[in-house]
Amino acid sequence: MRFVFRLALVSLFAALGLAGCARTEHAPAGDAGGAPESSMLTLKGSDTMVILGQRWAEAYMKANAGATIQVTGGGSGTGIAALINGTTDICESSRPMKDKERDDVQAKRGAPAVETKVALDALAVYVNASNPLTEIAIPALRGVYLGDTKSWKAVGGPDHAIVLYGRENNSGTYGYFKEHVLENKDFAAAVQTLAGTSAVVSAVKGDPFGIGYGGIAYLEGIRALKVKKDDASPAVTPSLQTAQDGSYPIARFLYFYTAGEPTGLGKRFIEWVKSAPGQGVIEQVGYYPLPKG
Amino acid sequence: MRRRGGLGERAVEIAIQVVALLSIAAILLILIFVGKEALPVLTSPEVHKDVTPFGMLAPIHRSGEALYMWQPVSDVPKYNIFPLVVGSIKVTIVALIFAVPLSVAAAIFVAEYAREGTREIVKPAIELLAGVPSVVVGFFALVTLASWVQAVFGTEHRLNALVAGLGLAFAICPIVFSVAEDALRAVPRSYREAALAMGSTRAQTVLRVVLPAAAPGIAAAVVLGFGRAIGETMIVVMASGNAALLDANLGRSARTITATIAQELGEVVVGSAHYDVLFALGAMLFTATFVVNFFGERVVDGMRRRLGAGS
Repeated sequence: MRFVFRLALVSLFAALGLAGCARTEHAPAGDAGGAPESSMLTLKGSDTMVILGQRWAEAYMKANAGATIQVTGGGSGTGIAALINGTTDICESSRPMKDKERDDVQAKRGAPAVETKVALDALAVYVNASNPLTEIAIPALRGVYLGDTKSWKAVGGPDHAIVLYGRENNSGTYGYFKEHVLENKDFAAAVQTLAGTSAVVSAVKGDPFGIGYGGIAYLEGIRALKVKKDDASPAVTPSLQTAQDGSYPIARFLYFYTAGEPTGLGKRFIEWVKSAPGQGVIEQVGYYPLPKG
Repeated sequence: MRRRGGLGERAVEIAIQVVALLSIAAILLILIFVGKEALPVLTSPEVHKDVTPFGMLAPIHRSGEALYMWQPVSDVPKYNIFPLVVGSIKVTIVALIFAVPLSVAAAIFVAEYAREGTREIVKPAIELLAGVPSVVVGFFALVTLASWVQAVFGTEHRLNALVAGLGLAFAICPIVFSVAEDALRAVPRSYREAALAMGSTRAQTVLRVVLPAAAPGIAAAVVLGFGRAIGETMIVVMASGNAALLDANLGRSARTITATIAQELGEVVVGSAHYDVLFALGAMLFTATFVVNFFGERVVDGMRRRLGAGS
């Protein structure tokens, strides 16, 4: 019986300990723009941007002792929901916010959503390295992802069914692709939705007849197709130059969003990201800096 | 005991009761929370602009075809639950088909045939499998198992219901094995002695006497395995491909209810129609598991009583 009593005591202490842990967890500033002199900043959102955000955070924290920046992914939609719900200071997003989301930020946070463009990305169309296809036009790509085109043969490839890979629907990449390639029509039901661009990459790597899409930074063991705006246009390789001059048809900006004008650490961090050292980090990760001016 | 215990004894008794009640209260609160968040699907006119309970079941007719679609992020959101329900059932059945015979056979070996020394190694080793995090199993299924399955069966999709089901089978084997083995060992020694004394062989004893006597326990093991399989998330998210297809083909991708909740709940704005629908899915899953467990228990009890009366 004494043993049982000790057990109860131990559990009690364990419970108290857990409660203590819960209390010390960081709660992001709930007010618009965060507390003015907060030395803690949270970034949440786009999986496309999570590595970029981490590199930025590391470089910034190295240069500015005392600042703590936490970066987590989950998808642009997740980040935007977190901004609306007040659980992150900065939302990383690989697509612009929708009007409805802006309204939600205004309604729930009492401040408008403020957008900052922070980098450029070329959305790559991935195929397996063994696929002989080298280029694809946007209308053909649309047919593939709507499920109208079922064989590689129809787009100039081998005579085999196309296996479609994509992102889950909280992904900014999903939203961007849906809007700019599919003209907002629904993806085919057969698109396999994977969590994160790296999962799409590894799926295409393992599937000779797979096709996927995602950030340009993830090209490893797979190939990116050249993309034509329409059948008559030239095929363009995704690169820094073609993304910056706008000739690559599916290049996009990457964004930071805050509820209200950023203040304190948030403001300093965003200004640093847009400065030369901040923009210098981008290319190490594999994306492209903003066009100058 | 009670008379001798005094104050300390009472305190411990009360403490234990409180702890037990707390765990029941926690489950109740979860149930209430999930139900509360799911309720607007039935009641809120705001939500009904986007989705109605009828809309979650009825197909959409397009150019003469009845389509069952799960496309919550769309100009016209489509929340048909059939592809998800079928997906969950497909992978769960595959998992049970592989896991149950394997685990029960292993349990028979360990309980009836293995020598004490072997048993002491094999049993903990199998039970240790339960400690493998599901993300590890999922990763193995995604990277290695999927390629094998495609090479052997020539499946249309590399990630499919079969791969996810096999991954799940791996996860539920230890549970089914452990419970089944306990059930076999709980069969009184006198049964075996009687059977052997009547001149039956070892195999006859096991198959005709011990196994039927342990049937309620083995049924319980299967029910537990089912609950774990249908509720498992990480493995199916990684290995099933998550395409919401309504078809019976195991070689094609499947999207389960749990995977849908996991992939989409992070995105939704709290209180939106999509959010409420995801909680409704959660409530459905909860109900399904509850019902299966409840009736499972009834069946097990029934068997137990019949056996008790017969012996």
